[in-house]
Parts: sequence; structure tokens; C-alpha cells
Amino acid sequence: MSGYDEERIAERLRVLPPAPIGWVEAAQELPRARAEIAGLVERAQADAGYRAQLLADIETALAAEGLVPRPSLIELVRRRMSE
Amino acid sequence: METRSDAALVAACLAGDESAWNGLVDRFARYVFAITTQAFRLPPDDAEDVFQEVFARIYDRLGTLRDPDALRPWIAQLTRRECIDKLRANTREAPVDDLPEHEEDVLDRIEEAFDVHAALDSLPGECREVLDRFFCRDESYRTIGDQLGLPSGTIASRISRCLARLRERLEGRNPVATASSDRRDR
Repeated sequence: MSGYDEERIAERLRVLPPAPIGWVEAAQELPRARAEIAGLVERAQADAGYRAQLLADIETALAAEGLVPRPSLIELVRRRMSE
Repeated sequence: METRSDAALVAACLAGDESAWNGLVDRFARYVFAITTQAFRLPPDDAEDVFQEVFARIYDRLGTLRDPDALRPWIAQLTRRECIDKLRANTREAPVDDLPEHEEDVLDRIEEAFDVHAALDSLPGECREVLDRFFCRDESYRTIGDQLGLPSGTIASRISRCLARLRERLEGRNPVATASSDRRDR
């Protein structure tokens, strides 16, 4: 950046507003979410009844693990279950 | 506030340090958000999908990053690819080969803004807070004053003083050896 006048600095500060807090928290939860989902999938692989229950209502299964059932997590469960 | 360099954050993330992951997300959340919403002008639902997908890919592929100091351009590239994929998925009848015309200009501005924010991170907390609230969060003098328990006039003068300090920092008159300035210098 050349020419550090304060007007330009102020304008550049305005370019980066904070991301919505829920988005940031979801991204920060990712390691825990991955671990919880791995546990769900493992349980589903060992228990056909649970597998059917999980696939029928992924949102509830995620919520039961304390995770917000965001579309990205639901999609991740589906992917893991089909692998 | 996370002060580790990008390379140190990457190393700590790969070692399973959850606080490092939180720090990495904090450092780049605004950046990814700006690329999706300003450069590619994705609507909120699509921008959120891309935002989450980008951080999921970062998490999954961090170990493949050859140069940890290249974290920022790597994240920019991942974000652009995800945005393009999203635009393509939304425009099945006409493949997206033409990116938004203004995209490169906006991306340049976002890069510059990231550097300014990195310099902001090197200022004392009272300056960081007041400049972030006023310029980035678009809060009024009165709102900031109410939150901080200070008169509006004090907020105005603090903003002016802190902006001058930020300018000095950017001009290198008062450089500091922090992770933020390290990032700025790359």
C-alpha cells in the first residue's frame, strides 16, 4: 500500500467487516464436529438400527451430540455414511 | 488476540492445538467473508456455504501446504475456487467463465485491507477496539461511548489519535516485531 493517508486507511478498514459470529463459531467447532461425526458414523456402522435412524434424521442426531445441524455438517455425515 | 505467525499457527494446528485452529479462523474469517460477499457478491446463504466449505478444506488439507508462510494466498485461492464452483452450480445453463469484472480490483482492495488490519492488530487494545467498532462494525460515536462508558467526544478524539497511530505503523515510523507486521511484510 502506498500513500497512507488516513482517509484511505479508514476506507480499507471498512472493507473487512466481521463475518457473522455464527459462521465463525461453526468454523471453529470444526475439529470437535469432525470427531463427533466420526463417532456417529462408527456407531452407525456397528448398529444397523442406529444407521437407519441416523440417515432418517441427521439433524436430530447432530443436535443430540451438541452440534448445530448446519447444512455443511449434514452433508459431511451423508458423505461419510456413503464412503 | 492471536499473535503467532501464520507458519507457527499452521504448525500448531497440525499438532492438534485447538486454540491455534481458533486463532487461524479468527485471523482469516473476515478475509474469506469479504472475498465471498464483495469480490464474488454471493448471496448470504451461498456465502455461508462457501465460508464453511473453505474452512473445512483448510482443516482437511493444511498438511499439504508446502510453504506455511503462504497460508494467506493459499486460503485466497481456495476461497476463489469455492466461489467459482458455487457460481457454476447456480448457473447451469451458462457455465461461468467470465468472473465478475470488478473481481480483481476488489481482491486487490481486500488484500490491502488485510494488511491494514494486520497493522491494526499491532496497536494497543483501546485503539484496536475503537477503530474496529467505528470503521469495521459501523458503530456510531454514541454507541461506542455507551459500550465503553465514555463520552462521544472522547471517542471521536480517540479515533483520530488511533488512526494517526495506525498510519504511523503502516508507514513504518513505529514498526513492531509482531506476527501481524510479519504478515504485512510478506
